[in-house]
Amino acid sequence: MTETAAARDPTLAAAVRRATRGQRLAAAGLVAPLVLLLVCSLCLPIASLLGRAFYDPTMADGLPRTAAALAVDTGATVPGDAAFAALGADLAADLKDDTVFRVAQYLNTILPGSRSHVLRAARGARADAPYTRESLLAADPFWGEPDTWFIIRSGVKPFTSTYLLAAIDLQWLPTGGIGPVPPGQGIYRLIFLRTFLIAAAVTAITLVLGFPLAWLLATLPGTVASRLIMLVLLPFWTSILVRTAAWTVLLQKFGLLNDLLLWLGVTSGRMEFMYNRTGLLIAMTHIQLPFTLLPIYSVMRTIDPSQMRAAYSLGARPVSAFLRVYLPQVMPGVMGGCLLTFILCLGYFITPALVGGTADQLISNFISDYINVDLNWPMAASLSFILLGATLTLSLLFARLVGGGRVRIF
Amino acid sequence: MNDAQGKGAGGDALARFVGVDKSYDGQTLAVRGLTLDVAKGEFLTLLGPSGSGKTTTLNMLAGFERPTRGTILLAGRPVDRLPPYQRNIGMVFQNYALFPHMTVADNVAFPLSVRGVAKGEIAQRVKRALATVQLEAFAGRRPTQLSGGQQQRIALARALVFEPSLVLMDEPLGALDKKLREQMQIEIKLLHERLGLTVVYVTHDQSEALTMSDRVAIFHDGEVEQLGQPDELYDRPRTPFVAGFIGENNLMVGTVASLAGGLARVMLAGGIEVMATPAGALAPGAQTVIAVRPEAIHIAASAGGENTMPAIVRSRIYLGDHQRLLTEISNRLVIRVKVPAATHAAQDAPILLSWPAADCLAFPSAGLADVTLNEEWTRS
Repeated sequence: MTETAAARDPTLAAAVRRATRGQRLAAAGLVAPLVLLLVCSLCLPIASLLGRAFYDPTMADGLPRTAAALAVDTGATVPGDAAFAALGADLAADLKDDTVFRVAQYLNTILPGSRSHVLRAARGARADAPYTRESLLAADPFWGEPDTWFIIRSGVKPFTSTYLLAAIDLQWLPTGGIGPVPPGQGIYRLIFLRTFLIAAAVTAITLVLGFPLAWLLATLPGTVASRLIMLVLLPFWTSILVRTAAWTVLLQKFGLLNDLLLWLGVTSGRMEFMYNRTGLLIAMTHIQLPFTLLPIYSVMRTIDPSQMRAAYSLGARPVSAFLRVYLPQVMPGVMGGCLLTFILCLGYFITPALVGGTADQLISNFISDYINVDLNWPMAASLSFILLGATLTLSLLFARLVGGGRVRIF
Repeated sequence: MNDAQGKGAGGDALARFVGVDKSYDGQTLAVRGLTLDVAKGEFLTLLGPSGSGKTTTLNMLAGFERPTRGTILLAGRPVDRLPPYQRNIGMVFQNYALFPHMTVADNVAFPLSVRGVAKGEIAQRVKRALATVQLEAFAGRRPTQLSGGQQQRIALARALVFEPSLVLMDEPLGALDKKLREQMQIEIKLLHERLGLTVVYVTHDQSEALTMSDRVAIFHDGEVEQLGQPDELYDRPRTPFVAGFIGENNLMVGTVASLAGGLARVMLAGGIEVMATPAGALAPGAQTVIAVRPEAIHIAASAGGENTMPAIVRSRIYLGDHQRLLTEISNRLVIRVKVPAATHAAQDAPILLSWPAADCLAFPSAGLADVTLNEEWTRS
């Protein structure tokens, strides 16, 4: 009706637009700070960090002349005199600008120990006597290694796939083409697999524990339910250190749980619950339970008790009524809760570091190490990039499988 | 009682409550000493104010609640241990309880598919059931895309499609507006007659109960206060509560002065004397409640007739086909009178009210709880 009226009278639509302009401006004004905050504190930093995974101008900026020389000298891996002369000029210029350390650092992260070679070559460069291949090799055989020049050749291209490949245990071979990293060095595929498996396991455990609990809470009277929910939410209000300390008291070899099991005669010796997979799963489940439970609970609350009564009265046995009437209606909550927990689990790194063993470190622990300890940001960015990509792919796949509208977080 | 139970008294009782008590908290009884027969093919309404035990009774019959004491028989078989899904009882809920994740057709097919009926037959019977409620065109829709009245009809079709022996309805029309409700009342009544259904219907709307039912059980405080056909309940209520709950009544407290010739002489406050027909055991000197319906009262031309007294018109409510007068009699009580629309009655005009003793019932006044007596006129 309104559509046809508006079509007949174009001034009506304009009048409505004018009348609601204030409201729309007010709404935009209210949302603006949030959008700004999101863009500045989330989108831009993530984009700039992830950009480091494949864009690294350190070498291109530090060695412009060398880059130009290498572009024409495409013969053997170790180039001719022109490139050596350019390298000397670049390093001398960098030394003057105080930027030579960046180049040194770059090479050092890939070829440990190369920092001193770079600095020495920079200090030795003379404007009146440019380096030749022979003179530099005589001074430092490091510059005659094919590996050194292989890295410089790929490094001077600002766009690189080296790190991304390394994040999935692949590398550019000196012979050209992409191949697996040497045996024993490839660990990331295993870590990714472990991260996803542990996330899936925690999701499954929280679902098994949370579903009946959510059902209980949803069927209890409001006041009792809200008190019980407080208990479920306790992990949220406890700092990670207190929580971990509590787990240590409970789970350690001479802790309460082992005492209890021994006393009950369930076990004959003391079990290891801490610093291994078991401890990690217990601690992560503890923290994640509310994330899985609450979306399920909030959906269950909306389901009228008469739905099940109707199913029974129509002849459905309890199992069939549950499967055909109840479960399909709580499915959006189950999906939402599981997706939330799964994605959050992929990013865990404090808990694995504190209660897990060495074989329980997840991909985020490695990302954290690369950022804080190794200062290899491109590698951290590459791992983050792969993690983000895999998570998005899984989420979309998931949403596609169950239907996007059928996932409810709250 | 024998007379009132009429159809239910014979051996063809489909459902039978025998001395059923129900308590939720172990202290108070929601349903108390219920003995009730549901005859095959009848439309029985459980009528009462909220909290009177009618829905509890329905839930016990459906199998959602268990009697605390006593037993329920379905087709002569005790069903106290029979779960709801084995009772073969169709139920329509107040909020319809349609399954939102299924189409209309799947909703109606549900009772058949859980019974393992063959696919082809399901399709046929669903089609027929939807045709019965005139909603064939909506088979592919979701319940949420339908109006309240349409959802109600789907709920009906779903409760009828598996040909249950008994259909229960728990205030099924409560959420509909007045016009739709009246239309659905007639539709349900016609379905009941056409399909020969046995229906137990719960409502708190007395006009709905009178419109649809073969018999009505008036629930009050967990007990059946009176059971009978609608006209019987209207004309011969057995207690002041029933008299006040069914239809409209002027209820006044008085004292029995004397009993003679099948009539009671009742003294109301202010020395007003009224002749009434006893509706229970009365003794001279005992307190009584008299009930006279507004339509039984007329405006008399001259004083001296039976139960004739002066009154002043205080307010006039015009209702189209008739008008309702609020009149004040000499003891200041307000008497409601239904008179033809053409009757001229001016504000504050003196008139004479009169009603026959035969239309004025005098109840023993035990149990005045939940009885709304006529009040005194207050000038505002």
